[in-house]
Amino acid sequence: MSDQNSSSIKNFLNDAGNRALIFQALLLAVVVFVGYYLFSNLQANLADQGISTGFEFLNQPAGFPVLIHLIEYTEANTYGRAFVVALINTVVISLLGIALATFIGVVMGLARLSNNWLVARLATVYVETLRNIPLLLQMFFWYFAVLATLPIPKNSIIFGDFFLNKRGVYSPNPIAQDGFGIVIAGFILSIIASIALIVWAKKRQTRTGLWFPAYWASFGTIIVITFLALVVSGFPIEFDLPQKSRFNVTGGMVLPPEFVAVLVALSTYTGAFIAEIVRAGILSVNWGQTEAARSLGLKDSLTQRLIVLPQALRVIIPPLTSQFLNLAKNSSLGAAIAYPELVAVVMGTTLNQTGQAIENIGLCMLVYGTLSLSISMFMNWYNKKMSLIER
Amino acid sequence: MAIEFKPSPSLPPPVNSVGAVAWVRQNLLSSPLNIFLTLFSFYILYLLVPPVIEWGLVGATFTGASKADCTGDGACWAFIGVYFEQFMYGLYPSEETWRINLALILLVLLLGTYAVKTVNKLYLSLVILVVYPVIAYFLFAGGVFGLEVVETSLWGGLFLTTLLGVVGIVASFPLGVLLALGRQSKMPIAKSVCIVFIETIRAVPLITILFMASVMIPLFLPEGMNFNKLLRVLIGITLFSAAYMAEVIRGGLQAIPKGQYEAADAMGLTYWQSMILVILPQALKLVIPGIVNTFIGLFKDTTLVYIVGMFDLLGRIQAATHDANWLGMTIEGYAFAGFIYWAACFGMSRYSMRIERKLETGHKRN
Repeated sequence: MSDQNSSSIKNFLNDAGNRALIFQALLLAVVVFVGYYLFSNLQANLADQGISTGFEFLNQPAGFPVLIHLIEYTEANTYGRAFVVALINTVVISLLGIALATFIGVVMGLARLSNNWLVARLATVYVETLRNIPLLLQMFFWYFAVLATLPIPKNSIIFGDFFLNKRGVYSPNPIAQDGFGIVIAGFILSIIASIALIVWAKKRQTRTGLWFPAYWASFGTIIVITFLALVVSGFPIEFDLPQKSRFNVTGGMVLPPEFVAVLVALSTYTGAFIAEIVRAGILSVNWGQTEAARSLGLKDSLTQRLIVLPQALRVIIPPLTSQFLNLAKNSSLGAAIAYPELVAVVMGTTLNQTGQAIENIGLCMLVYGTLSLSISMFMNWYNKKMSLIER
Repeated sequence: MAIEFKPSPSLPPPVNSVGAVAWVRQNLLSSPLNIFLTLFSFYILYLLVPPVIEWGLVGATFTGASKADCTGDGACWAFIGVYFEQFMYGLYPSEETWRINLALILLVLLLGTYAVKTVNKLYLSLVILVVYPVIAYFLFAGGVFGLEVVETSLWGGLFLTTLLGVVGIVASFPLGVLLALGRQSKMPIAKSVCIVFIETIRAVPLITILFMASVMIPLFLPEGMNFNKLLRVLIGITLFSAAYMAEVIRGGLQAIPKGQYEAADAMGLTYWQSMILVILPQALKLVIPGIVNTFIGLFKDTTLVYIVGMFDLLGRIQAATHDANWLGMTIEGYAFAGFIYWAACFGMSRYSMRIERKLETGHKRN
C-alpha cells in the first residue's frame, strides 16, 4: 500500500508538466516575496530618513543653472522644466549622433572594401583603433586633451566667419526675416512636387518600361523652386556673424565644447562599429549576384544601387538598429564631462538636491526605455519595408 | 621522316603585370579616382604620422621625477613613470602590492596548467572557479594570516579594472546562459520573468544601473544591513552584461535545428542533460564572436565606474592629470590608458578568432 503510494508520488514528481507547474509556482513565490521584502524595506527606509515621495518636486523651483538649453530656462524654473531641457539635450545629441555616425560608418565601411590598398588599410586602422578604446576615454580625450587646450577667445583660430576657441565653435547664425514664409512654402511645395514626380515615374516604368531620372529631376526641382522663392521674396535671411572683440567673441551660433566633445566622440566611436556592419552586409551579398547583374549589362553604379545595396540592407538593418540604440544610451556618458543631458541633470543634480532617488532614477529609466522603444519601432518598420517578400 | 615540333620558349610575363611596379599600378593607381584617393591618403598620413612620431618619440622625455625634467618639446613620459604604481594598483599600500602580484602569478600558473595533458580539466576548472577566488579575495582584502586589512576604497587602477572585468565576465556568463534558457523555455512564468529582466536592463544605459547600485540598493535593504560599494557595482555590471549575454546565447539556441532537440529527447535525456550535452556545446560554439564582443564591451564599460566615484585605470589617470604639479599631461595619460585598453580588447578579439578556428568542425555553411 505504502509502496504504491510512494510510487504514485514519484510518478507525479516525474511528470514533466507537474514539474513545470511546481517550479513555476516556486519561482513566482520567490519573485513576489523578494519584491514584497524590498518594497517594505524601502518604505521603512524612506519613512526613517524622512524622504518624501511622489512627483510634487517637479513643480518646485530648481535653483540650478543648466548651461546648454534649447528652450528658455533660468534658475527660477521648476525641476520639471529642467527635466524637459535635459530631455531635449539628450534627444538632440542622439539624433545628430545617429546621423553623423551613419555617415562616417558608411564612408569607412566602403573605404575598407576599396580597391585602393592604402585607403582600405587606413580605414582598417581607424576601425580597429576606435572600436577597442572605451568611449568614456575618447570623450575625455576630446574634451580635456583637445578642446580644453584650444586658445583663449582672444587668440581664436579663425576660418572666415568661423571662430574656434576654448569656449566652443562659433559660426554664423541664420535669422529669418519677414517673408521667409514664402521660402518655406516654396520648399514644401517643391518637395510635394518631387514626390509626385517620383510616384509618376515609377508607375510609368511599371506600365511602359520607360525609365525617367526621377531622383535627379526632383533634386533639381527642389533647388530651383526654393531658389526662385528666395529671389521672389528678396533673400529674407540675415546672418548674425560672430564678432571678435578684444577679449571675447560675441554673437553667432555657439556650439559649446561639451556638446562638440560628446558629439564627436559618440559619432566617431559608433561610426567605427557601423563601418564593420556595412562592410559585413556588403560582403554577405553573393558575388554571383554582381556577376549576374554585369552579364545583364548593368553598369557598375546601377549594379550597386539596384542589386547589391537592397540585398545588403537586409543584413545591415538589424545590427544597425542596435548600434543606434547603443548610441542613444551612450549619450548618457556626456554626464561625465558636464554635458547637461538626462543623467547629469536628473540623476545628478536633481537627485542630489531632492534626495528622491527612486523617482529620479525611475524617470530616467522610463525615458531611456521610451527612447529605445521608439528607435527600435522605427527601425523595425523600416526593416519590414526593406525585407524580402517571400511566398 | 617526321619533322620534330619545337615550341619556341615562352615569353617572360609582361613587366606591367608582375612585381612591385605592377602591384602599385593595380592597387594604388588603377583609375583617376584611385590616384586621387592615394594622394589624399598620403596627405592624411603626412598630416598625422610625422607630428605623432615627433611628439611621442623624437622630442619626448622618457625619464625624470618632476615636470621640470621634461625639457623636450614633445611628450613627457616621465609623468607615466612617476604615477605608474598608482595607475597599476590605485591607492593600494605600496608595501602590500606584492599580494596583487602574487594573486596574478598564481592565476597565470593555474591557467598554464591547462596545457599539461595529464591534469583533469574538470578539477582544474573547479579549483580556478571556486578555490582561487577565495584565495585571491583574502590576498586582496587581508585580515587573515596576519595580512594587513586593505579597504576596498583603496583598490584602484588597472588592478580594479581587471578585477571588475574578470569577475563580471566570469559571473555574467552562467547567468546569461540561464536567462537565455529561461527565455526559450515553454514555461510561461519563467519565460516572462526572464523577458522582463532582459528587456528592462537592455533598455537603459549602464550608468543608470550603476547609479542604482550605488544610490538605490541601500534604500532597498533593511536597516543596518549594507554591503560594500565595490560589491554593489560588481553586481550591477554583472546583471547588465548577463542580459546582453543572454540575447547573444539565445541567437545560438535558435540557430540549432529542431532535430537536435528532438533527437536529444528521443535518446531519453532529461532537460538539463540534453542542454548540457547536446544543445549548449553547439549553440555556444556558434556564438563565440558575439560572446567575446560582449566581454570586450564589458571590459570597456568598466571605465564607467569612475562616474560613480571609483578610481579604476581611467579614473586614476583622470585624477593624476588634475595634479597641480603635472598640469598639461592629459594627452600622455590618455595615450597610455588608450594603449592598455586597446591592447586588451584587440587581444581578446584576436584570441576569439583563434578559438573559432580551433573549434571549427566543418559544419559551417559557406
